[in-house]
Amino acid sequence: MRIAVLSGKGGTGKTLVSVNLAAASKESTYIDCDVEEPNGHLFFKPEGVQEEEISVKIVKVDNELCNGCRKCVDFCKFNALAYIKNKLIVFEDVCHSCGGCILVCPEKALTEKAKVIGKVQKGVSNEVTVLTGMLNTGEATGIPIIKKLLAENNPQADQLTFIDCPPGSACIVMESIKDADYCVLVAEPTLFGVHNLNMVFELVKLFNKPFGVVLNKCLDEENPAEKFCFENNIKILGRIPFDNELGSLNSNAEIAVNKNEKYRELFSFLLKTVAKEVRCNETTTNP
Amino acid sequence: MKQLLILSGKGGTGKTTIASAFIKLADAKAYADCDVDAPNLHLITGWNVEPKKTDYYGLPKAEINLELCTQCDQCRQNCRFGAIKAESHYKVDPFACEGCGFCAYVCPAEAITLVPAVAGELMLYSDREKVFSTAQLKMGSGNSGMLVTEVKKQMKSAEVDTGLAIIDGSPGIGCPVIASLSGVNMVLIVAEPSISGISDMERIINTAAKFGTKIAICINKYDTNIKNTKKIEEFCNKQGLPYIGSIPFDSNAVKAINKGQTIVDIDCTSGTAVKEVYHKTMNLLFEQGGG
Repeated sequence: MRIAVLSGKGGTGKTLVSVNLAAASKESTYIDCDVEEPNGHLFFKPEGVQEEEISVKIVKVDNELCNGCRKCVDFCKFNALAYIKNKLIVFEDVCHSCGGCILVCPEKALTEKAKVIGKVQKGVSNEVTVLTGMLNTGEATGIPIIKKLLAENNPQADQLTFIDCPPGSACIVMESIKDADYCVLVAEPTLFGVHNLNMVFELVKLFNKPFGVVLNKCLDEENPAEKFCFENNIKILGRIPFDNELGSLNSNAEIAVNKNEKYRELFSFLLKTVAKEVRCNETTTNP
Repeated sequence: MKQLLILSGKGGTGKTTIASAFIKLADAKAYADCDVDAPNLHLITGWNVEPKKTDYYGLPKAEINLELCTQCDQCRQNCRFGAIKAESHYKVDPFACEGCGFCAYVCPAEAITLVPAVAGELMLYSDREKVFSTAQLKMGSGNSGMLVTEVKKQMKSAEVDTGLAIIDGSPGIGCPVIASLSGVNMVLIVAEPSISGISDMERIINTAAKFGTKIAICINKYDTNIKNTKKIEEFCNKQGLPYIGSIPFDSNAVKAINKGQTIVDIDCTSGTAVKEVYHKTMNLLFEQGGG
């Protein structure tokens, strides 16, 4: 069972929720798909870490063979190739690795080489398997890393996998939730939080994912995110209070459920609610 | 025109809160929101005119003409993005298609064409003296870096007479951030005193440094973890990066934002602190030989 945790806005508590849910469920898997800024591993401090480099294929030119016909330049929709001063130049950063230029080259002057864009780490923290993707700085897209991370994970039916998603609602988030069985949206009680909650709400509807909302940083005041849920008839899975102690544990990269019984209860209860929702959804969609 | 970009690496550290305060303090005539995935700056910049809206076309998407399709499977076998699905008939998954045109090239029946696809919407707020450029990427869309470039182009095209532009960036270090970095004179990084925040700050500093952009750092909510705030200060000293101030956690900040106000519109501790960060930023941005 795969549960994706997402939010639209950054800093609402995706990592807090996914790390603590994974830790509360004992035997589980945690996958950090926020490959641009992965933080889950800072909390889990996994042991026995195995690392694998992730590379993409980038086109390579043999200028001895190139006859300057420019067919590749004309074909490339991404403007990754240019023929300047009798030389074919490849702009590696914008190459999408589609392979089209190789196909159209009549001189077989183009081949591919591997370019490392980041890595995947796999380790264990207590009973949690921790998978982390890390994009190298300066690289534009971590999608190949996310694909690898999700392919790496073969969950057993009775085991939970928590997918910590990147912020936003673009292609990279879509890739992260694609195979999820359930989505948990984390929202904070601000004007910005509600605006971005609305965006991921649209996203999970677009992909027909069952979902519910966790309200984080709740104060006694009026909560615009809660109001949004009521108005749109969205299931509220739980409420996490705005709490200095929790904030302090979190800022020191401590897993709250392992530090304080009160948070273990909070997240265990949230976990039960989420698990119930997931099961309930399964029976309605697969009768 | 000097361009200041506000970034953070980690999300939710206060980029938009600080950008909106700077815009107010500078009475900025040109500003933009480059967080096209999750734009928020328009919520507190107080424009009460309707923006000029333009559809943004990203790369085109492949489309299969079923009347011509002979189901030879060439397109599906050659697509590197897994975007061709062979179910009851052949079809293109528009979310997976990157618009490379490989399938159209290999199709022996000429059944595939590339059609323009709307990937987002650009919005331009302007009056005689001010301009605000922003955009919203379509759900699940790619090409966010290209849209960011359009947002900046749109801001400049308004030809407002000003020496300063303030640009609110997006979280992360990937394509929208890289696109927002191009051509700016200085990056202000809003750090957060958490272990996660420090890790993310180091990654965004490395990314910005690759572009040779001038960098300055401030800490938001510095008093939520004094130990980590010290670590960030020490890091800046060691790296020779200008550390230009800290802003306290302030529950009034949320109250102001939720009313659609900036933190300098009300009398509050975060508002007072951000003024100092603002003055130091402007000194660095406009210093002789800088940028």
